[in-house]
Amino acid sequence: MPDENQGHSSNGPVASTDRVVGQRVHRYGGVDRVTGAQRYLSDITFTDAAHVAFATVPVGCAAIDAIDTSPAVAMPGVIAVVHADDLPQPVARFGISHRDRPVIATETVNYHGEPVAAVVAETEDEARAAANAVVIHYTELNGVYGLDAALADGARLVQDPSVRPGDDLNSTNVLEQVEYAWGGVGSEGASSHTIIEDTYTFPMVTHFPIEPGGIVAAPTDDGGIEVYSPVQHPYLLQRTIAEVWSIPLSRVRVIAPDPGGGFGGKQTPRYEPLIAFLALKTGRTCRLVLSLEEAFQMMRRSGCRIHARTGFTEAGELTFHEMRVDFVVGAYADVAPRVMTKGSYVGAGPYRIPRVSINARAVLTNTVPSCAFRGFGAPQVGWATESQLDAGARALGLDSLEVRRRNLVQHDEAFIRGDYEARADGRWHESLEKAAELIGWHEPTPLGRGRGISVGIKPGATTGLSQSLVRLLYDGSAMAYAGTSDMGQGARTLWKQILADELGVDLDLITIISGDTNAVPFDLQTSASRSTVFMGNAVLAACEDIRDRVLELYAEATETPQSELAHSPGQLVTPSGAISLVEAAQTALGGLRGEFVGQGTSRLWGTKGHPLGGDAAFYEFNATAIEVEVDRATGEILLTKHVTVGDVGTEINPLQVVSQDEGAAIMGLGHSLMEQMLFDEHGRILNLGAIDYRIPTFNDVALHMQTASVENHDGPGPYGCKGISEGALLCTAGAVGAAVADAIGTPVRDLPITAERVWRTIRDANRDSPD
Amino acid sequence: MTDSSVHPTSEVAVAVELNGEHVHATIPAHRTLLDMLRDDLGLCGTKRCCAEGECGACSVLLDGELVNSCLVLGAEADGGVLLTIEGLSMDGVTDLQEEFLAAGAVQCGVCIPGQVMAAEQLLQTNPDASRDEIRDVMSGNLCRCASYQRIVEAIQTAAAGRRTDA
Repeated sequence: MPDENQGHSSNGPVASTDRVVGQRVHRYGGVDRVTGAQRYLSDITFTDAAHVAFATVPVGCAAIDAIDTSPAVAMPGVIAVVHADDLPQPVARFGISHRDRPVIATETVNYHGEPVAAVVAETEDEARAAANAVVIHYTELNGVYGLDAALADGARLVQDPSVRPGDDLNSTNVLEQVEYAWGGVGSEGASSHTIIEDTYTFPMVTHFPIEPGGIVAAPTDDGGIEVYSPVQHPYLLQRTIAEVWSIPLSRVRVIAPDPGGGFGGKQTPRYEPLIAFLALKTGRTCRLVLSLEEAFQMMRRSGCRIHARTGFTEAGELTFHEMRVDFVVGAYADVAPRVMTKGSYVGAGPYRIPRVSINARAVLTNTVPSCAFRGFGAPQVGWATESQLDAGARALGLDSLEVRRRNLVQHDEAFIRGDYEARADGRWHESLEKAAELIGWHEPTPLGRGRGISVGIKPGATTGLSQSLVRLLYDGSAMAYAGTSDMGQGARTLWKQILADELGVDLDLITIISGDTNAVPFDLQTSASRSTVFMGNAVLAACEDIRDRVLELYAEATETPQSELAHSPGQLVTPSGAISLVEAAQTALGGLRGEFVGQGTSRLWGTKGHPLGGDAAFYEFNATAIEVEVDRATGEILLTKHVTVGDVGTEINPLQVVSQDEGAAIMGLGHSLMEQMLFDEHGRILNLGAIDYRIPTFNDVALHMQTASVENHDGPGPYGCKGISEGALLCTAGAVGAAVADAIGTPVRDLPITAERVWRTIRDANRDSPD
Repeated sequence: MTDSSVHPTSEVAVAVELNGEHVHATIPAHRTLLDMLRDDLGLCGTKRCCAEGECGACSVLLDGELVNSCLVLGAEADGGVLLTIEGLSMDGVTDLQEEFLAAGAVQCGVCIPGQVMAAEQLLQTNPDASRDEIRDVMSGNLCRCASYQRIVEAIQTAAAGRRTDA
């Protein structure tokens, strides 16, 4: 696996003892965020901008019979009203793995909220009023809104087969399927003392970013376009706009203001090609600001149903694990096939299992297209596997921590076998033991409470390309150009820390440039918790490039043989001793001044034939332990303790690691305890908006919460780091479910574990009991 | 078609004391205080998320009371005294805002102006609030990055600092 970073001492210790890496440096951009000065997309003023609003129909599946725009066109301030017939024919479709999403609804509406017409008007109020006035004549169709309906014989196809030409599955609602197997399930003979078989469900949930988002597009004088969108992947958006409207990349400028929360929901283009078209057609700057409700209709996590069969020896060792996994992916592919492929790849967990069979499908339904969401499929499948381990432990009368100890792989041991095996890249038992210790697993559980412990694993990026430029300026200040979108994870803070150590530059003198494809070199994407590793290595390499250049020019300027010079982080070592790199740079640059520019690239090619396109650069591993108190009369759950431990390699910024870990852990409580998107029989979202869709608040956090890390400096990123931003969410559900089952004596197999579900489970268990 | 913007609306004149200055605006009668602040007065530090009073991102102080500015009409604020995040930050970063940064409470940051306004109001009205009281009072302000623990820590540290200074 060629990697351009090989040869760089990215795992080596930094010589300086007072290094900035490893310190609790405050967030880059933090002051603007606490004072309200930070400009998110909807805060940016555009002179003479026109405003866009969408017209939709109130069902999830419909044939568009006719569209009467005349009442809207006659409204005050209206500049244009556009629907599919007004676009170049056939209406372009786009998408990463499948080009299936039309620029605007074409002939049919495939999910509730899909834009059917777009209004451009002088003000936001006028645009909304005119959108309400567009008359859409439609016929509701027999949409498929759930797995059973989508998979039934004769089910209506969500996508016409012509959208998926040459696809063997195009006469079904199965978009893609995958099988992972080793060892031969069925050949285990009588090795199993106990077999557990059950079905588990995971809800569709929505990202609910506090910034719902928006798009602004402005035509440029050279026939190109500028698109402002708070996206995680500016370069993917640039490519999509260029391809859909046949504009050279050089004339598509994407400006990506910091996303106000991403979580995977702001990765892929959705409405940008449409807004770009409106801008090109009207010649005006067109601005769309989304409501939270519209954001619900743009992004969600795939729901999941998992049927699992698992064998155990009497001692609790796994003998086989078999799963059938159906992901509810929605109306268009987005990245859902990859969510299915990647999530089910690690579906059997980080365990030593001799026989595994996993069959997974991505199933189309007439619902909001699902996309990436923190955890990327792993939390869904892990919910079932972790629950199975607990069910096995209960059946065998074993401690659930002990069952995990007996099955969790050791360092460098394979947990995925077969042609493309994967081995543990961390000492994962250390995280498990630390979580057990932090929750006090060995102490008796207080009366009326229950405890659960769970582990989760997620593959990081399997391919990647990040490029960075770093400039060391004459006065000892520095700039880094790095395309990672800073959406809350704090990427720029880390680049600053790396520059400070590697160039010996003061933290306050560093500026980071991102979010503009005209200024910043290519970065593949901000996803899979990759940036600290991939962009981090690119920034590190750019700093080393600068040190090489300083050395060369210093040699020339001072007539010192290069062989007598060496550099180390922040320093140039000369025959008369070490001097600071900045001093060396000034000497080298001399009277003309100027600057040094360094370039760094981090590339992971992947492996041909590998089901994921390559082995993951690293794995995120987490152990979570939870203690709950359950009110048996109402089913209400009180979280008394919540601890998580991540295998992080190295903490570059401990403050940001805690923020991300706590954030992921609490977000995990959402799908575990309260969040679910509900649809009616017309495919309409019932809980559309913040009043009816509950996310965790201050009061939902456990009474005692603690996150911790294991640092073995064994990651592929700078200073031995790994990505960390998803780990603490991976197995929240498993730990909550196990704790509730421990408290009430019966497991709940459907998420979220609401008070109503707990109450019903207790009632049903009492009804079944002999007395 | 119930959208009020479809019908011709009357405009109203609003005079408020905003962050210590007397400000006049003429706005449509249906315009919310949130939209008035952002669109008519150009103060975008107050953020919009749910626009239905659930998330707290648009929290401001009106006559000393914490309100969701999306649930107040601009016209209702007439004659009132308003403090927004811009006013609170007028002399630079406050002790409370500094503690937000030190505690790691700021991630994506969109909810933070609202959190700071709610936290400042809490410190003013209940400077000795317990952890449970802080959680309870702050529970009207959502943070999807879930910096809740960090925010509680920031409020407690700022409260302790003010007690020492007092």
